[in-house]
Amino acid sequence: MIDTDVIERTLAAALRRGGEFAEVFVEDRRSTGAVLDDGRIEDLSSGRDRGAGIRVVVGGTTGFAHTADLSEAGLRAAADAASAAARGSGDSRGAVDLGRRTSTGGRASIRPEDVAKEAKVELLSRADQAARAEGGAVTQVTVRYADVRRRVLVANSDGVHAEDDQVRTLLSLAAVARGDTGLQTGRESVGRTVGFELFAVVDVEELARTAARRALTKLAARPAPSGSLPVVIGRGGGGVLFHEACGHGLEADLVAKRASVFAGRRGELVASPLVTLVDDGTMGEEWGHIGIDDEGRPAQRNVLIEDGVLTDYMWDHLRARAEGRPSSGNGRRQSYQHLPMVRMTNTYIGNGPDDPDDIIAATDHGVYVAQLGGGQVNTATGDFVFGMTEAYLIEGGRITEPLREGNLIGNGPEVLTRIDMLGNDFAMGHPGTCGKDGQGVPVGDGTPTLRVTSLTVGGTAA
Amino acid sequence: MSPAGDVDPVGAELIGVARRVVGAAPAGEAIEVAVARGRRTTVQVHAGDVESFTSATSFGIGVRVVVGGREGFAHAGSLDPDVVADTLAEARDNARFASPDEHVGLVEPDGVEPVPVDRWSDALLSVPDADKVHRALALERAVTTAPRIRTVRNATWSDASGWSALVATSGIERWSRSTACSISVSAIAADGDDTATGYGVDAARDPGALDDERVAAEAVARATELLGGRPVPSQRVTLVLEPRLAATVLGIVAGTLTGDVVAKGRSPFADRVGETVASPLLTLVDDPTDARSLAADEFDGEGLACRRNVLIDDGVLRGFLHDGTSARRTGARSTASAVRGARGLPTPGVQALAVRPGHRSSDALLAEVGDGFVVRSFAGLHSGVNPVSGDLSVGAEGRMLRGGQLAEPVREVTLATSLQRLLLDLRALGDDLTWLPGGSGAVTVVVDGVALGGR
Repeated sequence: MIDTDVIERTLAAALRRGGEFAEVFVEDRRSTGAVLDDGRIEDLSSGRDRGAGIRVVVGGTTGFAHTADLSEAGLRAAADAASAAARGSGDSRGAVDLGRRTSTGGRASIRPEDVAKEAKVELLSRADQAARAEGGAVTQVTVRYADVRRRVLVANSDGVHAEDDQVRTLLSLAAVARGDTGLQTGRESVGRTVGFELFAVVDVEELARTAARRALTKLAARPAPSGSLPVVIGRGGGGVLFHEACGHGLEADLVAKRASVFAGRRGELVASPLVTLVDDGTMGEEWGHIGIDDEGRPAQRNVLIEDGVLTDYMWDHLRARAEGRPSSGNGRRQSYQHLPMVRMTNTYIGNGPDDPDDIIAATDHGVYVAQLGGGQVNTATGDFVFGMTEAYLIEGGRITEPLREGNLIGNGPEVLTRIDMLGNDFAMGHPGTCGKDGQGVPVGDGTPTLRVTSLTVGGTAA
Repeated sequence: MSPAGDVDPVGAELIGVARRVVGAAPAGEAIEVAVARGRRTTVQVHAGDVESFTSATSFGIGVRVVVGGREGFAHAGSLDPDVVADTLAEARDNARFASPDEHVGLVEPDGVEPVPVDRWSDALLSVPDADKVHRALALERAVTTAPRIRTVRNATWSDASGWSALVATSGIERWSRSTACSISVSAIAADGDDTATGYGVDAARDPGALDDERVAAEAVARATELLGGRPVPSQRVTLVLEPRLAATVLGIVAGTLTGDVVAKGRSPFADRVGETVASPLLTLVDDPTDARSLAADEFDGEGLACRRNVLIDDGVLRGFLHDGTSARRTGARSTASAVRGARGLPTPGVQALAVRPGHRSSDALLAEVGDGFVVRSFAGLHSGVNPVSGDLSVGAEGRMLRGGQLAEPVREVTLATSLQRLLLDLRALGDDLTWLPGGSGAVTVVVDGVALGGR
């Protein structure tokens, strides 16, 4: 993307007024998207964002500047601005020598730019027709296609020099059904870190039928109960629980600021012994997969909780450096206009011992959540919420009536200890965008079927 | 946005970029170009030191092309001539694949005169970086030195100045500029093993208008008052929403009153114009001509003069917010409610929502309510509200209200109702009109009969 000697001179300029660390992050992002809504193909859009973010670390202070001008003069101006922002006052660090550039990614076999727009649009029409064919009560269908190719180059004054070529492809659907109880929405989505070859293995019509069936089922849904109940979460559906209940609290930046309930608890039993929690950026094709993180560190598999014991946090460059340890490859950022921070990649709980049918059969009265929506956590208290987008009542050990949407609320450290059954049917969940301090990054999650002995269900029924 | 008459040099430059693209349109092709340039500074401090200092300029261009009823769009983060040319080419190419739709297209100027709004502060541009750092550090110190505060997660100063231009083949040509600054702090209070958090924020066009002391005091008060909070038993409660939270909920309601969701049958309030949808106490307007709102503006995202739009009047639904496309689709006129950045197509949206105040103070309302739940924060709003069905279920923290007095702190409970019921169950409005950082103006709101889920 940019010549090595230009980057070396930019890094040297960034450290001209002193400082312990400088970094150049270059990004070239191309995206396309199309939406079919109300039977029409609309909102066809393309985006191009290209630029560099430069940071300089002086003591505990990071100076940051970014530019869309990738000429040597443009990079130099950004380096000067970052250096001034870091308020360095020492002497130049001298020349910076980068090693040979390493390359990862680029595994998409059909890149977005090589796919005719007709083919993308045709997917949308097929999905629309399949969803509407599920029943006359399906009154609205929205289908979104999006792809992004993100090429990044990271170089820093420690000699890191790496590039990655990330391609992601996403299709999401929302079907609206109308009935006596009003309007109900059913959703489904698939997203992977691959190119258009995704649609050789994914049946778009089946996704559409699933979304439509969810909406139709909910027409008969009754209000969800309110109060504390056992909750069974279906395979692939529970990842967001762990993402919110403890994932964010295991991010080393929040730990260091004492803004996490998991600070100072390494080596302690923090969860049911059934729970082994892993964050794994290397999971090929999954939505949170990366070749390198946005600090140039190769993605890796990190065990965070093992058999219920907190083993480690997730780390980015700055937090790892402060502790004199290596980064765990979790330094990520939304774009070149943002500073990196500790972020999750693909976060999951592995298989447990139980047959999923037994988990439901063992539950006399509770809620079965087939699909969770988005969530949110207050890492300092551990209190979290997440939405149930598809849920059913469990009565007498059987799944019975569908429930309307609602939120679940709980406290991370408490909920982790209340997982009493874990299935043997692991699956990854839906592609997600994780937000933290205003930055969104793609993340994946997964779980087998599992039971929490009690969570607070936020329904309207007494 | 301002008319192109008294344009400043940056505005003139952006208009020039946009004009060159629009000038490339052959007969039969409509082009609209939005161009933006912004500068921002963000200072984050932690533990008495500057954690990060960001200083950056960014650019954006968005090109909309309409040919034969087909619309295409492209955007880019650079105004380099080759990038601009590629962006136009991509937008044209995208238009080829859209469904023909008689309702899409650019708006024509409608002759409504803009109400002037000054959104610029020269004073903000001359604030030295050292002062920004000093202010953020002082804010952090004011919070950390308060009793029972364990730490501050972030204290932040940020400021931004931006220019934008909009030029279209329909004859629209606008530019605007604005400044904004904000300070915020996130406090963590602790008492033994118990922790609670509180947030304070203020935003203004001018740095002199920011109230640092109030921001610090609010963060401390919100964090410390929730210490010891625990779930209460499930029950039906009367909710008291302070203006900040009332604005959030009414903003969600207003989002269901936008033309695109109405036209596509995705609003619980579609087909209900003229009907009583709320308590007669409620009058809700979207009025970007009200200069008290930080979101006040002269023109909307398609270049029409902003105007005052009444959504709900004495509880009766009066209409919806439209941009050009949603207006044509529903046989209405644009209400100049197109909302957009350079990176996206315009959509109809809320700009400066305001509720008509009631006649009693918030203290009088608390006394009148007697027993209830005073909400201090919501969680999970993005997943907990279904704007299609209207179902609402969110996490909440706050204080019980007993005998008109604030009582025990409450955490880890859910609140559930529907947007439709919430509007009808609205019992009282305060007189405490408050203009919030997001640009809306709201008062204390009391709502009856909400399901609280707890122990």
